[in-house]
Amino acid sequence: MTTSDIAQGPFQVYPQSVPQSVSVKKGTGQDKNARPLSLSGHVGFDSLPHQLVNKSTCQGFCFNILCIGETGIGKSTLMDTLFNTNFENFESSHFEPKVKLRAQTYDLQESNVRLKLTIVNTVGFGDQMNKQESYQHVVDYIDTQFESYLQEELKIKRSLHNYHDSRIHACLYFIAPSGHSLKSLDLVTMKKLDSKVNIIPVIAKADTISKSELHKFKIKIMSELVSNGVQIYQFPTDDETVSKINTAMNGILPFAVVGSSEEVKIGNKMVKARQYPWGVVQVENENHCDFVKLREMLICVNMEDLREQTHTRHYELYRRCKLEEMGFTDTNPESKPVSLQETYEAKRHEFLGDLQRREEEMRQMFVQRVKEKETELKEAERELQGKFEQLKRLHSEEKSKLDEKRRSLEDEINTFSKKKAATELLQGQSFNTNANLKKDKDRKKSPEMEAKDVNLTCDEATNQNHNCCFRNL
Amino acid sequence: MSEVAVPEMMMPPPAMPAAFQVEKPVPGPGMGDFSYVGIDAILEQMRRKAMKQGFELNIMVVGQSGLGKSTLMNTLFKSKVSRKSVQATSQEKIPKTIDIKSVSHDIEEKGVRMKLTVIDTPGFGDQINNENCWQPIMKFINAQYEQYLQEEININRKKRIPDSRVHCCIYFIPPTGHCLRPLDVEFMRRLSKVVNIVPVIAKADTLTLEERDFFKQKIREELRANGIDVYPQKEFDEDAEDRMINDKIREMIPFAVVGSDQEYQVNGRRLLGRKTKWGTIEVENIAHCEFAYLRDLLIRTHMENIKDITSSIHYEVYRVRRLNENNTAIPCPPCPMIPHFPLKPL
Repeated sequence: MTTSDIAQGPFQVYPQSVPQSVSVKKGTGQDKNARPLSLSGHVGFDSLPHQLVNKSTCQGFCFNILCIGETGIGKSTLMDTLFNTNFENFESSHFEPKVKLRAQTYDLQESNVRLKLTIVNTVGFGDQMNKQESYQHVVDYIDTQFESYLQEELKIKRSLHNYHDSRIHACLYFIAPSGHSLKSLDLVTMKKLDSKVNIIPVIAKADTISKSELHKFKIKIMSELVSNGVQIYQFPTDDETVSKINTAMNGILPFAVVGSSEEVKIGNKMVKARQYPWGVVQVENENHCDFVKLREMLICVNMEDLREQTHTRHYELYRRCKLEEMGFTDTNPESKPVSLQETYEAKRHEFLGDLQRREEEMRQMFVQRVKEKETELKEAERELQGKFEQLKRLHSEEKSKLDEKRRSLEDEINTFSKKKAATELLQGQSFNTNANLKKDKDRKKSPEMEAKDVNLTCDEATNQNHNCCFRNL
Repeated sequence: MSEVAVPEMMMPPPAMPAAFQVEKPVPGPGMGDFSYVGIDAILEQMRRKAMKQGFELNIMVVGQSGLGKSTLMNTLFKSKVSRKSVQATSQEKIPKTIDIKSVSHDIEEKGVRMKLTVIDTPGFGDQINNENCWQPIMKFINAQYEQYLQEEININRKKRIPDSRVHCCIYFIPPTGHCLRPLDVEFMRRLSKVVNIVPVIAKADTLTLEERDFFKQKIREELRANGIDVYPQKEFDEDAEDRMINDKIREMIPFAVVGSDQEYQVNGRRLLGRKTKWGTIEVENIAHCEFAYLRDLLIRTHMENIKDITSSIHYEVYRVRRLNENNTAIPCPPCPMIPHFPLKPL
């Protein structure tokens, strides 16, 4: 850090080179540029680990375990036994169409340590007829957790210390106690998962195997794993305080475990055990099974290392692959360091260009559609207009016809009323003349008169008829 | 009046070995304690990991020359971490620019290793025209953030990114006894936004206790009036307990310190102090000066907190600003419309 070549602006950075007389034991991982120094008194920074631990205690810890194994192999029971609680689990059926992952989060507390424990169970693993896709769901789940962490890390406004870390820290793979060897499903699944998660294989229901068989079984399993190139989690051996116990445990893998949430009275104590007619298998008896070793390794000794490996190895690998997939590199083909910026600029231009093109396309399409619709509508309009005109014409024709009829009728009425008036006049006159001439010509013209009368009366009658008709009109 | 009794917050933490012995029941061949799971063993694991990795601390000291910065650093860490700048000849006049010198040391105490970097700024406030004296320092601090950011966004990241960000900036106020100078106000105002500032009154042996209290009060008022938030910042208090402790500290800042790396015999004991004709000032005596409070604050109780605030608040602010000003610098989560980016939309 000292010799940083930041020669920008008016200030320079350079280290002082003062020869040092007293040297201190150099530990590993120290910066070569830093001088070792000895202290002449008590400074007090030895409380730093204490401060760090305090801070972490306030924040709480997070641990996520994934249990993979066939239905009924004892995953939930083992979890209950491991954490000494009764997680509410219900038995799953054997007829799941595909593998599902069920995650449940619990808040545990022991003395002053709060642990947010997430247990992910595979439901229906190994139950299907065709098991080819079984592992894919598990791989996808793990990737999803990495993905959400990556997204959070890449955000502009991020809050990593508040983020609930859901990445899987440890994967317990439950091997069925056949006594022979690993199943092909086991091998395939473990091979797919070994670069994504820390795998700890365990032999489940170990009380079905005798000691000698167990020994052979373990050797067979380990040799199969090695020959297939599966990298299971190795307990770290670089720290002196735990290297001895870790190396020993590395040789005992996979752990043969028995889980039980029932208690049986042995001597004068209640212990977790499984009662058989031929004896009692005590869970915490190291002669009976490796449960205690598993608990010790998983929780007491290596929990922090599991978390660290997940973050620094598996997550980094995922991140690298993901970013490279997206096209980001640290160096371009000429091995010159390419900044993320340049790559991103290029990608962005490309993307924006693409976007613009698509927008144009859509706009064109839209315009075209609009045109089409317009022509359609215009057609329809024209049609309607035509119809309207036609109807109008018909209507006016009819109207004119009716007008004509009316006129003719009116004419008729006029003529008729004229006629009526005339006849009335005539009638009046003829009545008078008839009255006068009746005496005279009564004898002479009576038949004429009668005829006339008859005519008149006929006329009258017709007039009356007319009148009546008219009146009725 | 300074108290004689040590306030509770400054009580040194209990002796380490006893506090961290996790009582693990040894699982023998017989029955173990079945009610014990072992979750609290994670504390021990964390501690072990921290011890193995070691710690890093970067402190910057800012102040005019002659205020005793190097001496104070040497007193704080009880070793020669800073070389006192010696103006050898009259030829070496006041430098035209502010130098920023950064020196690293590996120190170890009781198994805890720390890489301490002291960043010195000779030439600060020494020029005739000090108008932009804060600029080079601000630039340096931002450059450290930038370096960390670049490391962080690399594809192939290092396992542990070397942390060169300035965690704490100790600002030395000359003991005039009156009030802050415009230079002080300006500097602290600008830098309190990017780094944790701890103001101290340098060479406090020139002030009597009454003068000291008056000066401190004046300074606190001026800081408040100018809106300067020095460490411990009020807004970052996490809970009531924190606030209580930090309030006590806030009543006492700025600490009036005296530094010395020479030991004298006082009452039969060898103590660090300054010997004068009228008496010996004991550096670590809280009746004489407040050096012990400063040391406890910086090192024994609040060091992790200081580093935490730097990394989770100041650095994040810088990161947000940087990402926003140059939108194409960092891959932000792609929007859902990017067709060929396989990431799921937010």
